[in-house]
Amino acid sequence: MPNKEKRLRKERLDRGIKARSEDIFALSSWKEISYLLAPRVLPLMALLFLALFLPVYWKKVLVTTAIFGILAMSWDLLVCTGLVSLGQALFFGVGAYIAGSLNHKLGLPWWCTIWTSGLLGGVLCSAILAPVLRLRGIYFSMVTLVVPLMLVRIIEATKILGGTEGLSGIQGFPNLTVELVLSLGMFLCVLFGYRRLLGTDYGLVLQGIRDNDRSVISAGINVYWLKAQALFLAGSAAAMAGAFMTHAYMFVGMPVFALDYSILPIAAAVVGGMGSIAGPAVGAFLLVPLSEALRGLGALRIVFYGVFLVVFVVGLPEGILHYLQRKYYQFERWVSVEE
Amino acid sequence: MNGKIILDVVELVKDFGGVRAVDRVSFQLREGEALGIIGPNGSGKTTLVNLITGFVKPDSGEVFFKGERITGLSPYSVARRGIGRTFQMARPFYKLPAYRNLVVPLWSPRVRASGGKYGDREAVALDLLEEVGFERDSSVPFKPAGALPHGYLKRLELARCLAIRPELIILDELFSGLSLAEVASTVPIIEKLQEEGHSLIMVEHRLRELFRIVDRVIVLNYGQKIAEGNPREVMESEAVKKAYLGVEPEGA
Repeated sequence: MPNKEKRLRKERLDRGIKARSEDIFALSSWKEISYLLAPRVLPLMALLFLALFLPVYWKKVLVTTAIFGILAMSWDLLVCTGLVSLGQALFFGVGAYIAGSLNHKLGLPWWCTIWTSGLLGGVLCSAILAPVLRLRGIYFSMVTLVVPLMLVRIIEATKILGGTEGLSGIQGFPNLTVELVLSLGMFLCVLFGYRRLLGTDYGLVLQGIRDNDRSVISAGINVYWLKAQALFLAGSAAAMAGAFMTHAYMFVGMPVFALDYSILPIAAAVVGGMGSIAGPAVGAFLLVPLSEALRGLGALRIVFYGVFLVVFVVGLPEGILHYLQRKYYQFERWVSVEE
Repeated sequence: MNGKIILDVVELVKDFGGVRAVDRVSFQLREGEALGIIGPNGSGKTTLVNLITGFVKPDSGEVFFKGERITGLSPYSVARRGIGRTFQMARPFYKLPAYRNLVVPLWSPRVRASGGKYGDREAVALDLLEEVGFERDSSVPFKPAGALPHGYLKRLELARCLAIRPELIILDELFSGLSLAEVASTVPIIEKLQEEGHSLIMVEHRLRELFRIVDRVIVLNYGQKIAEGNPREVMESEAVKKAYLGVEPEGA
């Protein structure tokens, strides 16, 4: 091989772990602070900008996006604990119906039902799924897939909670601003709350259950109890999202248990990057507006949507967020190879 | 040996389908004693460990730990009572740095109950790693577990088991897959544990190293205990030679 010519090689350097860490070192200089803050503050500014200046129709899309984002993050929290749920609609629907009945039967206002449904929904869903927490992997997933379908049929057959008609005439939000502030507020609380949670020792134990549950068990930790807690944490956020939707639509009916609410969070997590909480949020912000934009295509919409998903799964299996994160932590430069 | 009996295993039986994996095995362990469990592959050693630690429920028989009946308890409550174990296959949390791996067992209620304060788990983890031979001032404890060589992984597994400050330590083939040098550097760690008064059960195939450590061995074959006693005497017995070695040993 002729090796007289100058050859170039791409060199990749990782930023030191210290520079990435979030401890006291980060406060040592403005450069460090901005390096850490930029990926957090810039998206927040963008979100604020969108919330202020979008046209009304797209503001509504933003609300839906935030709600799906919460669902996707709650799905991701379960994944971090090693529970792969195929039925996020269960949490969503239970929350929606609790809010609906609290408002319909007891006349509680929206600012009261949303957080009560979150708590009650979380407890109820953990109770429903508690007996199958011992199942691992695909077996747990199958149960979560089936339970919401069963609940729909129970509501249909027994005609409780309005049966096929659903409950209508539910109190709506006073205006779009309240709706926007509330949905985005919930979204950000869940996002930063979950991320903080996973960074604690408790969060580390939860992730330990996913990676090797036998090792966690043999430390004397009751993993079933922890899994139930994770179910509650994930379930209550999703139930709150459901309760929000009930008030936003001023109606709750059987569609809240629809497959969409189970599938879209998974798709968002796949596109955005699993296991990071922020990834699924990013995914939701890509997928929901996209699916809205493609609405004009009619039946073909789902095809484009599918192609988009496949492209992502094949082309960027780690997800957008993990890819960007990696690039953010790396310097790349061309250096000449010395022969 | 004249300590109190810390572990009492009585007539344990476990069937897997038609195979009797553990067949009426009984033994006792005194405080501070080191016991070896040996036997050919598939003789039921690991199943016996799983029966004691609760990962597998016995069909019949009893296990007593410090006089308390622990038969059929969940594995986490067995661990909480003070039985720590390692697994044959070390499967750490690969993405986490080695020392962060230990934060998980240090979170255990057993540790928290004995006064492990919040916030200093990482410092305790680094101490533990030093105890099992991770060089403190090197970068090794800070490397992701997935990047560590096998010898370190096994020692990380040992540290994971020690993190809950167990009174009885069960090591399931700790030496398997280690080089001679790695084994040689691990043996002193275990001897030190013994000096500190820990009771020890070792399931092992590496007999030479095992016999340096343990006071007594039991030999399993097809789930049955075929011999028990001083390592040298046990290896001389005809039944053991036949079952364990298959052929007459030459010389040695």
